[in-house]
Amino acid sequence: MNLRRDVFQAIADPTRRAILLLVASQSLTAGAIAANFDTARPTVSKHLQILTECELLQQQQSGREIHYHINAKKMKEVADFIEPFRQMWDERFNKLENLMKNYKPQK
Amino acid sequence: MELKTKVNAEEGKHDLVITREFDLPLELLFKAFSEPELIEQWMGTKVLRFEGKKFGGWQFETSDPKGNVVFKADGVIHEFSTNKRIVRTFEMAGVPFGVQLEVGEFEAITDETSRLNMHVIFESVAQRDEQLKLPFKQGINWAHNRLEEIVSKLK
Repeated sequence: MNLRRDVFQAIADPTRRAILLLVASQSLTAGAIAANFDTARPTVSKHLQILTECELLQQQQSGREIHYHINAKKMKEVADFIEPFRQMWDERFNKLENLMKNYKPQK
Repeated sequence: MELKTKVNAEEGKHDLVITREFDLPLELLFKAFSEPELIEQWMGTKVLRFEGKKFGGWQFETSDPKGNVVFKADGVIHEFSTNKRIVRTFEMAGVPFGVQLEVGEFEAITDETSRLNMHVIFESVAQRDEQLKLPFKQGINWAHNRLEEIVSKLK
């Protein structure tokens, strides 16, 4: 159950979603992925580590290099799942709650 | 952490139920659903029209920073019972999800807490499932937009 929650935390981050999108079309090395971002290399490495731990990315040794490629099966599992929809409403309702806690009648 | 918002969508059915408990008195919860200025703030959309009464209509529209309309939805209100129930139709423009019937029930738990139960009925199972997948697709789209921004900076 924890793992599942982590998957959605993983895709909640815009940089990590951008990484997934990059790798979706071709497998790439960490260096090639990092070259697409302004972010520092160690930050990109951290993102890659999280995505790998959640099994959204898989590593493949190719000679001396490690290539990252997307785990289509896991991605499909995420896409089919209801959680992003729930999170969308949860965020809206959190906003509503905060808004109304500070609500003062105008009149 | 306990999930405050629950979504129950049984497989093979053409409806879903969204339930949420709020640390708000019932009156304040209902108010958030009945005043356009408040709806705008928590829904993050522009409210072009909202008539909180039977036979009333509503229209939402969201634009991106460039002014392009990215979300448009409208419907009519079938029942508007203060602090109890809102029954309305909901139709999003430009998507093949058809029209939905939404039954929102509001109730007090204590003086300071309340519950919303929103039953959403779709025309078909397929339309419901497409709607459920939408936030994920949007997430991917946002990622794509961000990627485009990054790429355009490189040029």
